[in-house]
Amino acid sequence: MSEAIAASGAPALLRVENLSVRFRTDRGMVRAVDGVSLHVHAGETLAIVGESGSGKSVTALSLLRLIGDNGEIEQGRILFDGVDLGRLSGAEMRKVRGNRIAMIFQEPMSSLNPVLTIGKQVAEPLVLHQGLSWQAARKRAVELLARVSIPDPVDRLDSYPHHFSGGMRQRVMIAMALACDPKLIIADEPTTALDVTVQAQILALLKALTRETGAAQILITHDLGVVARYADRVAVMYGGRVIESASARELYANPKHPYTQGLMASVPSLDSDPGRPLQTIPGQPPDLANLPPGCAFAPRCAYARDLCRQGKPPLESIGPQHERACYGYE
Amino acid sequence: MQAYIIRRLLALIPTLFVASLIVFVSMRLIPGDVIDQMLAQNDVATSADRALVEEALGLDQPMYIQYFRWVGGIMRGDLGNSLWHNTPVTAQLAETLPITFQLGLLALVVALTVAVPIGIYSAMRQDTAGDYIARSFSLLMLSIPSFWLGTLVMVFPSVWWRWSPPLEYTPFFQDPIQNLSHMLLPAVLLGLALSAVTMRMTRTMMLEVMRQDYIRTARAKGLAENLVIARHALRNGLIPVITLIGLQAPLLIGGAVILEQIFVVPGMGLLLLEAVFARDYPVISGIFLVTGVAILMINLLVDLTYGFLDPKVRY
Ligand SMILES: Nc1ncnc2c1ncn2[C@@H]1O[C@H](COP(=O)(O)OP(=O)(O)O)[C@@H](O)[C@H]1O
Ligand SMILES: [Mg+2]
Repeated sequence: MSEAIAASGAPALLRVENLSVRFRTDRGMVRAVDGVSLHVHAGETLAIVGESGSGKSVTALSLLRLIGDNGEIEQGRILFDGVDLGRLSGAEMRKVRGNRIAMIFQEPMSSLNPVLTIGKQVAEPLVLHQGLSWQAARKRAVELLARVSIPDPVDRLDSYPHHFSGGMRQRVMIAMALACDPKLIIADEPTTALDVTVQAQILALLKALTRETGAAQILITHDLGVVARYADRVAVMYGGRVIESASARELYANPKHPYTQGLMASVPSLDSDPGRPLQTIPGQPPDLANLPPGCAFAPRCAYARDLCRQGKPPLESIGPQHERACYGYE
Repeated sequence: MQAYIIRRLLALIPTLFVASLIVFVSMRLIPGDVIDQMLAQNDVATSADRALVEEALGLDQPMYIQYFRWVGGIMRGDLGNSLWHNTPVTAQLAETLPITFQLGLLALVVALTVAVPIGIYSAMRQDTAGDYIARSFSLLMLSIPSFWLGTLVMVFPSVWWRWSPPLEYTPFFQDPIQNLSHMLLPAVLLGLALSAVTMRMTRTMMLEVMRQDYIRTARAKGLAENLVIARHALRNGLIPVITLIGLQAPLLIGGAVILEQIFVVPGMGLLLLEAVFARDYPVISGIFLVTGVAILMINLLVDLTYGFLDPKVRY
């Protein structure tokens, strides 16, 4: 479906062009995101995959312009529904957050306010963005909680987060994110902190709900295993850059970047021989404060040549809907 | 909740028993003797006079008898009589306690209205000039003893502008304006002393809370920063601050004693000072007992407030 949308040439719901973000830290300037370009169409799920520290969360947060006081968007454009978010005033940007773009975070245990009731927290965006009274918003909150399959939603309105398990809290977060019918939902490793069985439930729920509402989704994960089942397209990040992007099917069948191939080899799959040990990529993820001048993956890459250590390879098209940032090794 | 309060009140009994023992024993350890002082008022005093006075005051009995008499009296709501004035201690306390209570309450209000907003401001403007000024002010308040500040306030305006603070006490319900014009200055001085630590604590807690994930969630919902602070940060940040205020209760009472002396507020503090100078044991013991109860009650109140602010606390 998504390939059809992409091929139809309809403008993307979200288009990120050449985004760079840097942070002031004790160790100097750190460029966490370096020239990232992405796009997501309506109704589509884009997965952003990469090891921890590769800049996935920073990319997501900068879409909402929530990177904090020590961070700065150096360059790039974020076009959402035809509007350049970088040009919006603070007040205009707040009308986008939680309303047209909603976000779900990694840590369900700490992402809900411990002193406010679930009802109040789920109702809050409705009061804020749709001007509902608290009473009306509470009624809507019951429906939202029911939609994310929280049992006895009426009774749970006055519960506090500590009464809920991690999986249930993440459901509450999803209900909150859905409140204003956003066009884009960004889920930043929504299941990393959860049990494996709960993980599958939450991801299935997210997939079903986005399909139902027609919202687009950016699903951030460090788990390539998740991607095949829940994403339409995939962008693989390494050292703050997108190093490969393709449709999920294409990426699985035909990974073209040595890093993606390494990741793939480290994912257990159903048809792999259970007796064979999984491979891991040797070496350490790059230190962003101290990146090599060339390709960030070169120090770990079996195919690295002199060229790779001198300049950063640009992201180039290598086939239909398939891009890769690599000088090649064939 | 009700059961919890009753349990807490019952738990006070052993605490108070120990406190009464400490009060009673420490009283007798104060050097100097009330009989000597009384007899010194006469030119000639014989040992016969001494025995007479001791007997009249019950001080001829062994210590433990004196103690049990005293405790027995407390049970009946009788704290004994002042050794000098022969008036019941309870009557003296009834007269002075409300005045000290008013001073303490005013000071607390001053402390909170100064400390909480400035603490929040300081946290939100971390490491700006405003933050440094607020923190220096808090450090200053922490290091300046209130008796010194009180003395300055008494002395310098009168030297410079021939104005000195009013020192005449009027009961609040008789003339609130008159009363406040007298009480406000000592309350402000006492409140500022309390605000120092409270302000730092508020700042630290707000900085801590603003780093939490749920604050990021609130921002991602589209809330403006003032709502993020008011609705999502403040309550979380103030929970530990409330506890701190409970811990500061003894400081508040100690400060009241000193400021009552300087500003001639006829409260329990002033009564205590007179009683200590006169070795008026029953009065001193009575005040200590009441103070002890007050501190315990304040802490109970703090715990109840805590439960109100933090849904994780259940009784
Ligand atoms: N608030 C911040 N201040 C300083 N550096 C940051 C901040 N947030 C992220 N970074 C830097 O950006 C890097 C990428 O972070 P992140 O996007 O969170 O990675 P991940 O891919 O695991 O989500 C981190 O390793 C860190 O060096
Ligand atoms: Mg992350």
